Amino acid sequence: MKPDPEDLYRRMARARFCEEALADLWERGLISGEMHLVVEEAVAAGVVAHLVEGDAMALDHRSTPPLVARGIDLLPLFLEMLGHEDGLCGGRGGHMHLFCRELLSASSGIVGSSAPLGAGFAVAAQYLKAGRVAVSFFGEGAFNQGMLLETLNLAAAWRLPLVLVCKDNRWAITTRSRSVTGGNLLRRARSFGIPARRVDGTRVDKVWEAAAWAVGRARAGRGPSFILASCPRMEGHFLGDPLLRVFREPLRQTMEIGPPLMRALLSKPVSAAAHRLPRLGAIGRTLTVLGAERCLLKKDPLRRSASLLGEEARRRIEEEARREVQEAVERALWEAGRGGPHA
Amino acid sequence: MPEMTFAQAIDFALGMAMERDERVITFGEDVTMLRRELFVRFGPKRVRQAPISEAAFLAAGVGAAMAGLRPVVEIMMVDFIAVAFDALLNQATKIRAFSGGKWNVPLVVRASCGGGYGDAGQHEQCLWGLLSGMPGIAVVVPSNPADAAGLMLSAVESEDPVVFLEHKLLSDYWLDYLGAGGRSTVCFDVPAAGARGEVPSPPLPVPIGKARKARDGGDISILSLGVSLHRCLEAADILEDNGIKADVVDLRSACPLDRELILSSAARAGRVLVVDEDYLGYGLSGEVAAVLAEAGIKADFARVGPWEVIPYARRLEDEVLPDVRRIREAALRLCGHDA
Repeated sequence: MKPDPEDLYRRMARARFCEEALADLWERGLISGEMHLVVEEAVAAGVVAHLVEGDAMALDHRSTPPLVARGIDLLPLFLEMLGHEDGLCGGRGGHMHLFCRELLSASSGIVGSSAPLGAGFAVAAQYLKAGRVAVSFFGEGAFNQGMLLETLNLAAAWRLPLVLVCKDNRWAITTRSRSVTGGNLLRRARSFGIPARRVDGTRVDKVWEAAAWAVGRARAGRGPSFILASCPRMEGHFLGDPLLRVFREPLRQTMEIGPPLMRALLSKPVSAAAHRLPRLGAIGRTLTVLGAERCLLKKDPLRRSASLLGEEARRRIEEEARREVQEAVERALWEAGRGGPHA
Repeated sequence: MPEMTFAQAIDFALGMAMERDERVITFGEDVTMLRRELFVRFGPKRVRQAPISEAAFLAAGVGAAMAGLRPVVEIMMVDFIAVAFDALLNQATKIRAFSGGKWNVPLVVRASCGGGYGDAGQHEQCLWGLLSGMPGIAVVVPSNPADAAGLMLSAVESEDPVVFLEHKLLSDYWLDYLGAGGRSTVCFDVPAAGARGEVPSPPLPVPIGKARKARDGGDISILSLGVSLHRCLEAADILEDNGIKADVVDLRSACPLDRELILSSAARAGRVLVVDEDYLGYGLSGEVAAVLAEAGIKADFARVGPWEVIPYARRLEDEVLPDVRRIREAALRLCGHDA
């Protein structure tokens, strides 16, 4: 079996353009609350390309790309983001709580909860429709949640048709995952008896191959598999992440963060200030690493995947996807009565 | 008295407690960034970064408290405490009773709570009713900087588990972090008197379980806490136009309740309105009604608050969380006026 580059690229382009549109709507204040965007299209597309009707997805708080890559209707999706009553969830769920019964897909804002939910979907698949599978998406930060570790054991013990996809962006909110994680995640999964593979999450063809293996195992009744996909984070934990603002508006942020820190450094007893300097350094280092990791964005998964197909095909697919997303956004804004060409 | 924000007041008090007592430590997700000033002052042994493992680190807080420390464990949002509920429900709150009073758990659980910025019901709950249902716990919900500092001091000094809830509309960094994200295109109804104010230096401890009369008037007793308290004060001002003088009581602690002040305010007015941002079903407002009934106080009773899951859309959220209009209407009805 070989991947279809045009199909994969179409899924990725739709997901990317949707996220760009969401960022714009969020900046304009039309979307409320936290907004977590990702550069995870390659992982989403490479995995969901293997799913068929009746397969289930358990998603985390970054749930838009897998849904879009799977082909969800864009209009109800955007209406939901705008809090419209005709939205996917009647305007009541929003971007962290997207539910699509037709696609057996559910998301959650509680870190780690997508793993046991996926296990439940897999139990139902095992019982009701042999050959169907479930996929759980989660981040490496979630991999330290008890319920996730329990799910690994449950999935192995019950030989569930479950594909566990860990998107490793190296950051647990504003904490470097390495600093709060023991051991190695691949070995962690294997220690539960679950076969595991590492893959470059910015390479859709590589993700597709790993997912072919994992989904194939699940369909054949051979039990769960684990995929560890590395994918650098572009926008902080969420848009407007204060850590990233240090780079966007260095002066303002330094003025806000700096003086209280200096006071803390010099607060009584002053003699202790020497011990405190390295601690200030630790905060600085976190910011520096974050800044350095932003440079990894040169590994933009969409651009990397473009090389898999010809220039003409790439342009055609991008144009189609862009038009589809733009039309859905305009239509949604019009229906929400917030302007647009039809208003 | 120095003026400070609600958030600064909490960390001011926590810093004071850490300075006075070396046994006070704090840990949780992201704390070296969230509490970076305390981190610089007290270092990684006392301000400790945790993985996203609430079940483990909250239960570890219980153990640390039992073994001689006074941990302030941060659960980023109170909603996430569900993941770690065993540590509170079956461990921390049981140990004093099970040990025959011989072993106590001086643990503070600090968490942000509350809504009003469109994050929906997995991130905007209050849950103080649910938490207060456990015997052996105290739950405090300050509505202004001075109380925030005072209650944090008392929480750290308590010999038993205390949940300290910090409303996100009052704590500017949480609201900016989660609601605004640096945008100027969104706005929030932040009660100014709650978000910023004078704080005694050093802060004065506010006794846990002690309410405060925020406004005096004998026609109706309005009981509330947190952000809703400010909505009640605003409504009370408007009610003056209808010739209604309202008592407004800031409960400050959801548990234990200040029965004395509740009963005296209710008995004088004969009309009680509880305004609660937490779920109305099986919660604080019902508990207040039980307190009144058990004391034999006959009062007309009403409540304003959410019965349902908090929706995402700001417009729908406004219809669910207590607001001035619905508080005023409920008060008018209780006082026999047409709302």
